[in-house]
Parts: sequence; structure tokens; C-alpha cells
Amino acid sequence: MLAAVVTNSIFGFLRFAVMLAVLDAGTRTVAGYAEPQLATFVWAGQGLIGVVLLWAPLDLAERIRTGDVIIDLLRPIDPVWQQLAADIGRAGYAACTRFVIPVLTGALVFQLYAPRRVSTYALFACSALLATIVCFGCRYLVNAAAYWLLDARGPNTLWTLASGLLGGIFVPVWFFPDAMAVALIVATPFPSVIQIPLDVLVERGSPGLPLALLAVQGGWVVAILSLCRWVQARGERKLVIQGG
Amino acid sequence: MADAAWTAYRHLIGAQVRSQTQYRASFVIDVVGSVLFGVIDIASVTVVFRVTPTLGGFTFPEVFLMTALAGCAFAIGDLAVGNVERLRQYVRSGLFDALLVRPLSSLVQLAAMDVATRRVGRVTFGVVMVVLAAVQAHVPPTATRLALLVVTPVAGGLIFGAVFVATATVAFWWIESGEIANGLTYGGLTFTQYPITIYGTLFRRLFAYTVGFAFVAYYPALALLDRADPLGAPALLGYCSPAVAVAAVIAAGLMWRTGVRHYRSTGS
Repeated sequence: MLAAVVTNSIFGFLRFAVMLAVLDAGTRTVAGYAEPQLATFVWAGQGLIGVVLLWAPLDLAERIRTGDVIIDLLRPIDPVWQQLAADIGRAGYAACTRFVIPVLTGALVFQLYAPRRVSTYALFACSALLATIVCFGCRYLVNAAAYWLLDARGPNTLWTLASGLLGGIFVPVWFFPDAMAVALIVATPFPSVIQIPLDVLVERGSPGLPLALLAVQGGWVVAILSLCRWVQARGERKLVIQGG
Repeated sequence: MADAAWTAYRHLIGAQVRSQTQYRASFVIDVVGSVLFGVIDIASVTVVFRVTPTLGGFTFPEVFLMTALAGCAFAIGDLAVGNVERLRQYVRSGLFDALLVRPLSSLVQLAAMDVATRRVGRVTFGVVMVVLAAVQAHVPPTATRLALLVVTPVAGGLIFGAVFVATATVAFWWIESGEIANGLTYGGLTFTQYPITIYGTLFRRLFAYTVGFAFVAYYPALALLDRADPLGAPALLGYCSPAVAVAAVIAAGLMWRTGVRHYRSTGS
């Protein structure tokens, strides 16, 4: 835990240095963010990595490979809900630890943007919860690929890279051309994990925008969890043929 | 004796390469994934330059050269000893004991046992990017510059390799050291991709000068581009990377030796 927080914070310094250099070169805002907003974006983003657990070990895939997964299937609760419940509990603990420490570190060294509207705090909490569920769903799908491939490393590499570059961790999605950013946010699940909660937190755009963004996240929660259920059902049939 | 040891290492590496290439499709996917990691690094820098004309006083072709050199150096270090980061699992599970009873160097055994053949993909991509970046930045094709262009990624690879080994040794003391090493290894890659002028004084002192990351890409790139350092360092530093690399390797070697002496089996 401590190691992860230290690493997240080091990357916070590195990423924010790049953002500051961008601000120094041009005007005082970039892609619609002022300097304190970018500071909050970077540091809250480093904390959010631990809350949604963007990059996790492939535990389920390993259980599918070894056959241990049948123990999960013997339980009278669906494996998707079973693991989602555990993941939300984990995220709750991480919100008190892995989220708070990088944000405090950032606040000590830089001037962070504090939301102006009280409602933003509640909206951010909702958005972070939805982000956790979308992220869980994406990771579940990556792991479930092991039902067919027996090894989820390939899909996991794709997820690691796509979530990093297209989700708002390496650079804010709005650094891409506007049309591409909108397409990414609506048509792919990656920005729902990091970019959207952070845009809600730094109050980007009009006051009505966060609600629209939350609706997008809600749509992805339904889509991804349905897909998880479907993939799990197909995977179980495959597992029977394979013999567990 | 030296010959016999060398043969043993060669067999260890050969066995690994054969086993890893056994499943063709799986291996191809891994190689492609390894290339993609390199692609993403370049893509991130390109996207940053979409919103700014210069970064820390450098234009895109200049930063691109640093990014390419850093990426290539990291890929070389990662290929050679990157999997040493799994040391903490070996220490915890007690597997490290098995390495110590053999009459070979524990570090070289570990590197040979875990050599990640798939990472040749990233090294190849890195070399292509260095060539591309050098052409784009109009590096004059003199003998000195070309030699510097070849030596720099190798020296940088040694520096990254030394950092991988040095940070992995933490496991000898802490057993389960988690991802603490990632801040210096992967963080080092992020750090070296950009000119050191963009970082704060404290970070620059720590990463650029103490660890030596400034010698991976920044100083050599200045020499290649024939630019003076905005921070006022002498131009000669661009040619010092191999010396820094040797010093880093010696330091990492000493840390490893101290760590192994300190090692107590977990008994499991």
C-alpha cells in the first residue's frame, strides 16, 4: 500500500512537471484547464488510480487457468456480483488511503483547485463510484478472456495501454482534437474510469455538464456489467467442455 | 572455469528462449504488446505537443530525440535485467535459496532465468525511433555524432539496468517491497523522456544528477543537436554517459552483494 502511494506520488510530480511546462510555453490555460485545475486533475488522478485499481494482477485469469475458478462457481452467488461487491469494499478503503495521500502531497507543494459548488463533492463521489464499477467490469472482461485464451496477458496489455493513453492518465483526453475527445468519452469506456470523475471534480464546462457525464458513466456501467454477465455465462459453458 | 560458467549461462538463456517461443501465437502477441508499450510513450509526447509549441525551451524534434533515446535505453535495460523486479517474489517464496546453492552468480542466473525474449520487440522499435528522430532533428552525420548515437542507448540501457538491480535489492531487507521500485524504474523512463529543464530543482537534483538519469538522453541529445545547456552545464557532459553507466553498474553491483550477504531465507 505504502509503496503504491509513494509510486503514485512520484508520478504525480513527473506528470505535473510536464503540465507546468506546457502552461509556461503558452497561455495560462491549456485545453480548457487553468493551472490549479490541472494540478487537481493530475494529483486527484494519481489517487484515483488506486481507488478504481486501474492496473490489477490477473487473479481471476490465473484461477481460470488452474481450474480454481470452479470453487467460485460452486457458491450460490453469481461470480460477477460476488467480485464486484468485494471490489467496491476495496475501493472504499482505498478512497480513505490511496486517494487521500497523493492529494495531500499535491496540496502541500502546489496550489490545487477546490470545487466552488458544494454539489460537486457529491457528484464526484457518485462519479468515482461509477468509475470503480466500469473499471471493475473492464478488468473482469480482460480476465474472462482466459476462458478462451487460458492466458489473459495479451488483452491485459491492451487494457493497460488503452486505459492509460485514452482514459486521461497520461494526458487529459481534451489534449486530443475535440471531436476525438468527445468520441472517446461517449463511445469508449476508458474516459469513464479516470477522465470523467476528474472533469467533474475540477468543474470543467457548464454546471449542467457533470450530470451529462454521469449519465454517460451510467450507460457504461449497464453496458459493461451486462457484457460481463453474458461473457461469464458463455465462459462457464466453455469451462465445462474444457473440464475445469 | 570462466568458460564453463559462460556455457552454463548460455544454456540457461537458450532454454528460456526456446520455452518462451514454443507457443508461436502467444509469443507473437507478447512481442506486439511489447512494441505497443514503446508506441504509447511516443504517442504521449506527440499529444503533449499538440497543445504546446515548445516544452522547457525545446521544440518537438528535439524532445522527440530525447524520448526516442530514453525509450530505446529503457527497452535495452528492461530486456537484459527487467525481470529482476520479481526478486521480491523469489525472496518471499524461498526460491532464491535454490540460486545460492549453485556455483554461479546469483544475479546473472536470475537475469538469465527470466530473460523476457518478447522485449526484443520494444528494443527493435526503440532503435527504429532513434534513427527516425535523428533524421528528423537533422543530427549532422559526422563520425563522432554517429558513434554517440550508437553508444548512448547502450550506456542508457546500462544505467536503467543498474537502477532495476539496485531497486530490486530492497527486497532483501523488506521482503515484500511492493511496487516501490516502479517509481525509479518506470518513473525514470518518464523522467528521461522529457528535457530536465521542465522539472523542479529538488526533482532534478534527485533524478537527473544523483541517479544519473540526465545522462540517459538529455546531455547526449544536447551534444547530438549541438545545443548549449540552458542550465549551463558544460557541453562535454554529452560524452560522459558511458562513464556514468560504468559507475552506476558498479554501485548496483555493490548493493546487490551487500543485499545477498544480508539475505536470510524466509524458511518457506
